[in-house]
Amino acid sequence: MEKRIFDNPADPSLDRVDGRVKVTGKATYSAEYAVPNLAHAVLVTSTIAKGVITGIDAEKANSAPGVLAVISHLNAPKVPGWGSAAQPAERAPIGTSFRVFYDHFVYFDGQPVAMVVADTHERAVYAASLLKITYQSEKHRTHFEANVQQAIVPLNVQRNKTSPFADYDRGEKGQVEAHIEAEYTIPTQHHQPMEPHAIVAVWEAEDKLTVYDKNQGVKSAQGQLAQAFKIPRENVRVIAKYIGGAFGSGIRVWPHTIAAVLAAKHVGRPVKLVLGREQMFTSVGYRPYTVQKLTIGASKNGKLTSITHEGIGQTSAYEEHLERTILASRSLYACPHVSTRYRLLSLDVNTPTWMRGPGDATGMFALESAMDEMAFALNIDPLDFRIKNYAELDQERNLPWSAKSLKECYVLGAEKFGWKNRKLEPKSMQKDGVLVGYGMASSLYGFHRHPSKARAVMQADGSVIVQSATMDIGPGTGTAMTRIAAKVLGIHAKMVRFDLGDSALPDAPGQNGSSTIPSVGSAVHDVCVALRDRLIEMAFEMPGFATKEKSQVVVRNGQVLASMADTNGVSFGDILKHHHRNELEISAESKSGPERDQYSMYSFGCHFVEVEVSPFTGEVHVTRVVTCADVGTIINYKTARSQSIGGIVGGIGMALMEESAMDHRYGRYVTSDFSSYHIPVHADIPPIEVYYIDKPDVHVNPIGSKGLGEIAIVGVAAAVANAVFHATGKRIRQLPITPDKLI
Amino acid sequence: MKPFQYLRPKTIREAISMAAEDPDARYIAGGTNLIDLMKRGIVSPSKLIDINHLPLKKIEHKGDRIHIGALALNSEVAQNKLVTVRQPLLVKALLAGASGQLRNMATVGGNLLQRTRCSYFYDTALPCNKREPGSGCSAKEGINRTHAIFFYGNETPSCIAVHPSDMCVALAALDTAVVVTGPNGERRLMMKDLHRLSTAQPELDTYLAPGELITSIEVLDNVFDKHNHYLKVRDRASYAFALVSVAAALRMEEGKIWDARVALGGVAHKPWRYWAIELMLKGKEPSEALFREVADHELKSATASGQNAFKIKMTSNAIVAALKTAAGIS
Repeated sequence: MEKRIFDNPADPSLDRVDGRVKVTGKATYSAEYAVPNLAHAVLVTSTIAKGVITGIDAEKANSAPGVLAVISHLNAPKVPGWGSAAQPAERAPIGTSFRVFYDHFVYFDGQPVAMVVADTHERAVYAASLLKITYQSEKHRTHFEANVQQAIVPLNVQRNKTSPFADYDRGEKGQVEAHIEAEYTIPTQHHQPMEPHAIVAVWEAEDKLTVYDKNQGVKSAQGQLAQAFKIPRENVRVIAKYIGGAFGSGIRVWPHTIAAVLAAKHVGRPVKLVLGREQMFTSVGYRPYTVQKLTIGASKNGKLTSITHEGIGQTSAYEEHLERTILASRSLYACPHVSTRYRLLSLDVNTPTWMRGPGDATGMFALESAMDEMAFALNIDPLDFRIKNYAELDQERNLPWSAKSLKECYVLGAEKFGWKNRKLEPKSMQKDGVLVGYGMASSLYGFHRHPSKARAVMQADGSVIVQSATMDIGPGTGTAMTRIAAKVLGIHAKMVRFDLGDSALPDAPGQNGSSTIPSVGSAVHDVCVALRDRLIEMAFEMPGFATKEKSQVVVRNGQVLASMADTNGVSFGDILKHHHRNELEISAESKSGPERDQYSMYSFGCHFVEVEVSPFTGEVHVTRVVTCADVGTIINYKTARSQSIGGIVGGIGMALMEESAMDHRYGRYVTSDFSSYHIPVHADIPPIEVYYIDKPDVHVNPIGSKGLGEIAIVGVAAAVANAVFHATGKRIRQLPITPDKLI
Repeated sequence: MKPFQYLRPKTIREAISMAAEDPDARYIAGGTNLIDLMKRGIVSPSKLIDINHLPLKKIEHKGDRIHIGALALNSEVAQNKLVTVRQPLLVKALLAGASGQLRNMATVGGNLLQRTRCSYFYDTALPCNKREPGSGCSAKEGINRTHAIFFYGNETPSCIAVHPSDMCVALAALDTAVVVTGPNGERRLMMKDLHRLSTAQPELDTYLAPGELITSIEVLDNVFDKHNHYLKVRDRASYAFALVSVAAALRMEEGKIWDARVALGGVAHKPWRYWAIELMLKGKEPSEALFREVADHELKSATASGQNAFKIKMTSNAIVAALKTAAGIS
C-alpha cells in the first residue's frame, strides 16, 4: 500500500468526467440509441394476482395501424435456455427467474402477459389498449400479516446449512437487568429511478445479439442472455454507458429484457421497449415488506447482555429472495449472547430484489431503533450506550477488523452536529412552537471485492485509455477510476480516458454491494502500476537512463524522472517513440488474497439527524443531517460526498414517505405513480454535512478503499425515527413516519 | 393513447362552437392533468381544442373585485402585484399547490377543473364510480387514507374521492365568482355552486354545461388581506396533495373578529366551505380555545372510511393552527 495518494487540499477533487455530457443531453441512455429500422414494443400486464389466462383476443390490436405483432405465450419464440420443462410449480431458489410468455399461468398482478410491437411507440400503445385478455382468477395471497404464519426457513437455507441465513445462536445470556422487546415493520419500497428501465434489442445475425439495456452489470447481463438464448457469450454484446439511477433495480436481467429480445427475434427487426412508470412497480423488483422482532437485554450500567433479532421477509411464489436483514446484529456491538432467525413468506407478488443497503437498511432500522429504545429505558445517552458496547473485534467470526474507525466517526459526527446540546428527556426541546428532536444511528456494510480486470493503453501522445466492463449508475465511477489512473501514472486527469459499460471490455463485476471501488479500483490501480513499471523499464533501455538507480525513479507530469529532484526526465511519448511503438497495452486482473480469512472487513459510519415536528399537524421536517463514514481511502471527495448525500436522501424517503400500498382485495398496488409513491423533493432535504475518516484500510486492497454506496443509507431511517421519538416521545415502529402517525 | 384531432380556434366563439358540436371534444390549456388522464386511458377525447391562444390572460382590478383571466398561469397569478398585495391568501394557496414546473403550465381555469387524484380513478383495471358509473367505489373499503370525511347530509356517497386543488380552497373562502361562456351565452356561478358533491352523478365534477368554457374568475378585493393563512398538511414538503388544508381569513378590529372565512381542502368531493364556523367566530376575541371549539363543532359531521380516520383530528388541529396564524396569536 502506498501512502495516501488521493484527495488532499493541494490536489482537489475532480469534477465528474461525464458531468458535461450528462447535463447537456449528449450522454446516450439506453432508450436513445438510434438504431435503423427500429420497432417499438409495449408490454401488457396482468390485472389479476393469481390464476390463468383463458383468452387473448388480439383481432382488433392486430389490425390497428402500424402493428407488427402481438406476442404472448401463445406465439412467443421459444427461449432455448429454458428447455421444455414446465415453470417450477414450487418456489425456487434465488436466481430462477420468472419465465416471460412461457405459459398461461399468472403469478402476480402486473405480470407481463402480452406485448404489442408496432412501427411507432404511439401506435403500439394504442393497439395495446385494444387487446382483450380474459382470466380465470384463483384466490391470491398478498397480505403479509394475514399470511405470516406460513413463513418458512428459506429453501436456500434448508439446502445449505452453512448459509449465513441459517439460525444463529452464540453465547449464554448474561444477566438481564433491563429488557426491551419490539416489532418493526418496513413496507414494500420501490427503487423508482428517474430513468425507467429500457432496452433496444438488436439481432445482428441468427446467433449474434446486441442490447442497449439499462442494467447494473453488462457482463452479468451478457452471461444471462447468452445462457437464455444458447449462443456463445462473445456473441452477446451488452452496452449500458449511462444510467439514470438504478439503486439495485438493474442487478438482474428481468422478464421485460427477455421479452424485448424475443420480440426482436419475432418481428425480425430491432425492438425498443421502455417500461411505463406504473410498470416499474411490478417489473424490476423492490425492497421487500419485512417484519422484525428485536429483543434486547442489558445490565443496569448499560452493557448489552443479549440480542435476539428475528426477521421475516416477503418473497414471490416462484422464487426466493434473501437479504442481510438480521446479519448486522451479530457484529455491530459487543454482546455475549446473540440469536438471529430469518424466515421468508411467499406471496402472490413479483420477486423482490436488492435495493440500496439491501437487508442492512431494513435490519438496521430495527436494530438501531431498538438500541435507542434500550438507551431510553436505561436513561443513558444513545451515543454513550453505543460507545459502551463498542465491538473491538467481530464476535461473529471471532476475527479482528481489517480496520475500524467507528469510534472516531461517533466523536467527529457528534462534535460537528452538536450532540452535546441534546437533552436526554424526549419532548424537552422546542423552537418557535415546534418540537425539536436529535437522533442518531450507526451504519455498517460488509466489504465486497470481486475479481476484476482492467486494460490500460498508453497512446503515442502520453495519454492513456483505461478500460473495464464496470458500470456507473450514478456514483461517478469513471471519475474515480480516472483519478486512480492519473495518480498512479503521474499524469493529468485530462490525459486519462476511462471506458465502462460495455461487455466487450475486460471482465468486471456489476455495480452492486458497494464493490466497485474495492474491486475495479484495485484492478485499475494494478494495471496502471504495471504500465508505469513497464514504462520505467523501457526508459532504462534508453541511452542516458541506463546508469541511473532504479529505486530512485519516479513518474511525474507524464515523464519518467531519475529521482524526485530531477526536473528533466523522459516523457512517456518519447519512450514509446524510442521503442517504435504507437501504443503500449497492459492488462491486469486483481482479486482478494488470504487476508479475507484473516480479517473481518466492513465499512462503518454514523448519522446524526435533527427533526422538527409540528405538534398540530404531525409533519416531520428533517432540518439537519451530519454523517460520518469510515470507508478507508476516499478517492474523490466531491463525488463521494454526492454519493453520501444521495444515500441520506434515500434514507429520509425510507423514513418519512416511501410506501407502496397494495389493495389486497385485488393484490394490486394503488400507489403506482410519482404523485402517490412519494420520494423526497428538494424542499424535504436540509443541509447535509458529510465527513470521512479517510484512513486507508491496509488489509483490504492496494488502494485501501472500501465501499460507500450502501452505508450512506444504512441506519438513516433509524436516525430519523430516533429523532422523531426524541422530539415527540412517540416511538414509530412502522415506516414510513407520516403525519397521521404523530397527531 | 387513442388518436385524436387537434384544433386551434381563433376566437372564444369558435372554441365554444367546436365544443358544442362534439360531446367527446375537450378543451386543453396547460394540459397538466388532461395529458395524464389521456395517457392512463381515463379519458379519450375525439378532439383537443387548444384554447391557449385565446385572449383570457388578463389580471385586472374592476370595482370591488379582482378579475383573473382563465388562462392566467398559476405562477403568473401568484406573482402578480395586484394579487400579492390585495389578496395574499390566494397567493399562499397557489404556491402550496403542485410544483414550480406545474404552476408554470397550469392555468386558473384548468386548476378549477382538475380531477381527483384518487388512485382508483386512475387505474382502469379497478372499479370506480367516477370513471365508470355503477362499477362501485374501490376506495370505500380500500386504500382510503387520503379520502373524504365530509359528505352532504345523510346520503350515501357514491364516491369518496377528494377535490385536489389548493387554489380552489382559497377561492371558496373568498366568495369567488366563476364566469363561464357557452352556447347559450355568458353566466356567473359562485364557487360553492361550481363543484358537485358525489351523490348522484359522481362522474360529473362540476355544474358546467356541455361546451361551456370558463373565461375568468372574480375574487374579493382588498378584504382579508391582513389576517389570513393557508395551511396545507401533506406527506412531503412540496408536490404532494393535501391530506388536509385550511384557508382561513379574518377581518379583525379592536381585537375582535368582525368577519371570518374558513374553507377546507382534502376533506370532501369539493372545496369545503363551512359557514357555521364563520358565524360562530363573528364578534369573538380570538383564542386557541375558541378556535378549538369551532373546529370541533365542524368535525361532528365528519365520517371516516377506515384509513382516513386520522383526518378528523388532523382537520381540527389544522383549523386551529391556521386560525391562530391568521389571527396572529401564538
